[in-house]
Amino acid sequence: MGLLFIEQCLNGLQFGLLLFLLAAGLTLVFGIMDLVNLAHGSLYMLGAYFAATFAALTDSFLLGVVLGLAATLVVGMAVEVVAMRRLYGRDHLDHVLGTFGLILFFNELVRLIWGPAGMSLIPPAWLNRSIEILPGVPYSAYRLSIIVVSLAVALLLYMLVMRTRIGMLIRAGASNREMVGALGVNINLLYTLVFGIGATLAGLAGIMQAQIQTAYVGMGESVLIVALVVIIIGGIGSIRGALVASIFVGLIDTVGRAFLPDMLKLVLSPAAASTAGPALSSMLIYILMVAVLVLRPGGLFPAASR
Amino acid sequence: MRGHLIVGVALSALLVGPAAGQGKPVKIGFVTTLSGPTAVIGNDMRNSFEIALDHLGRKIGGQPVEVIYEDDQQKPEVGVQKTQKLIESDKVDFIVGYIWSNVLLASLKPAVDSKTFLISANAGPSQLAGELCSPYVFSTSWQNDQTPQAMGLYMNQKGVKSAFLIGPNYAAGKDMLAGLKSTFKGQIAGEEYTKWPDQLDFSAELSKARAAKPDAIFVFYPGAAGVQFLNQYNQAGLKIPLYTAFTIDETTLPRQKDLALGVPGAQEWVNDLPNEQNKRFVADYKAKHKTGPSFYGAQAYDAAALIDSAVAAVKGDTSKKEEMRKEMEKANFKSVRGNFKFGPNHMPIQNFYLQDVVKTGDDFVLKTVATIVENDQDRYHDKCPMK
Repeated sequence: MGLLFIEQCLNGLQFGLLLFLLAAGLTLVFGIMDLVNLAHGSLYMLGAYFAATFAALTDSFLLGVVLGLAATLVVGMAVEVVAMRRLYGRDHLDHVLGTFGLILFFNELVRLIWGPAGMSLIPPAWLNRSIEILPGVPYSAYRLSIIVVSLAVALLLYMLVMRTRIGMLIRAGASNREMVGALGVNINLLYTLVFGIGATLAGLAGIMQAQIQTAYVGMGESVLIVALVVIIIGGIGSIRGALVASIFVGLIDTVGRAFLPDMLKLVLSPAAASTAGPALSSMLIYILMVAVLVLRPGGLFPAASR
Repeated sequence: MRGHLIVGVALSALLVGPAAGQGKPVKIGFVTTLSGPTAVIGNDMRNSFEIALDHLGRKIGGQPVEVIYEDDQQKPEVGVQKTQKLIESDKVDFIVGYIWSNVLLASLKPAVDSKTFLISANAGPSQLAGELCSPYVFSTSWQNDQTPQAMGLYMNQKGVKSAFLIGPNYAAGKDMLAGLKSTFKGQIAGEEYTKWPDQLDFSAELSKARAAKPDAIFVFYPGAAGVQFLNQYNQAGLKIPLYTAFTIDETTLPRQKDLALGVPGAQEWVNDLPNEQNKRFVADYKAKHKTGPSFYGAQAYDAAALIDSAVAAVKGDTSKKEEMRKEMEKANFKSVRGNFKFGPNHMPIQNFYLQDVVKTGDDFVLKTVATIVENDQDRYHDKCPMK
């Protein structure tokens, strides 16, 4: 039981960190540019498709991932320049409508280019196996690599935001956009850059998830909802909040899914437990979100300026 | 204005009046999934239905035919809408298709209430074979429990003592696991239902399966989920043998490849079944589409042949529903399965085969290994009031 619990926690951590990559970009864009970007899930999908395509073309997994990330960055910045820029001055409803339109556009585009069947991205043999993390507990090397890569990215992001000049501008932009512009900073370029970083993070999440779930049209939508839950729990605009909340959500979702049905069997009949268990465990993260909204409406780490 | 209205009413009365049969095309509505990750299944069904029409000379029962394809998006609420649209505004004579049991169950009522013949070319929920059976509903597939029942028998033959079951939490998933449990004699080491269709990460379930230390894992994951499950099963490094129903087929094999080698499945149709009708179907499908058809397609092909037999029996007068029903009950058509007849609940009585994946060159193909059970009838027919 103890070993199983550890294994399930690792599963939860892995899912949570993957969510973090998606939520970090979402919360950056939301917090700094005040833009609700529902099309974030489309960039996640594009990352997966780009990497799968480049990996097949170049016959190299790593090259595929690097080129996939670069392509997602380019598309992200292009989307910002072409579409998002027109939305900044408007209210949130226009953001939702505009970016929802982008979801439909990208889904159809992907279907046109790559077809409806989806694509597989197979990790190289050194990742596509299991390693013994504890005696008698093999664990997927690939899932471990997601944990390592995501933690490294979280650290890099922290360094970028807290220790560099660009990061300083990003933080300044988050607290007072007009003032940053008035001081002569090219705010347009800054926004394009932030959006591009967010897109690349989403693309990375998509690439890593594609090897577990394959790439398919519309893969971004269901995960986007969970990512929105994460940024609401974490506090909009806060990267630290996104990290804590995504690990929370990942653990609660996975561990709840694993143990809740069994716990219900102690109090309910087996038939009722097997019906209620999966239903209840898929609700857990939303219950958590409601609890956070009631107790701390700004999220766990509300951005200071708000 | 009033005059226009009266003319309009008179005109529509003329249009829907009993302009019996002759010359009027037979209208068939086809509801399947044509978008999203499982669209590949819907496309295979549509392609196969079209091959069947080609073989019938683009006619049904000697009459001209019009087929209207509708996309259910794998959602019950969309499926029922499309079904109502086909019945009420297109006024179809037959509705065919339905991959998903939950979509079919949602769409059943409008078809039965309007006495429109519905031919399920895949979904086989237990309710449909039992208490919800209807004179207007036929199946050219199976009842959900039957395929895993066959797999359970095979697992007994292999001496499997305990099994861990994993499947999606919807109508078909519940039937499938219940079906396996009804024939498998070993112990059930655990049973997991996952959220359907959006849960595609099975890490928690695979970890539990490993901890339960069973002899075998049985799964039911149709469509793209089957690719994802096999991928994750492999990455998790589980050494526990896998047994499947509806998880490996021609629509998923191109992406499962090596991972599917050595994983047995049960099926009522395999592409190499040695009858003339099947050889022709598979060869012509391959010639047209470069890949082979799947069992989903084979069932759609049979649905076209079944409708053809009914329309031929009434010489195109599709208002003679009683006669068409009686004709269809005889299953008087050449099935690509060879042996095929209907039970009293309009569910097929048929063989189930053990299939295995073999690699020939760079291609992966399914082949028949053995017949697991002959002339199998579903276990719900007693609950059906039709005798």
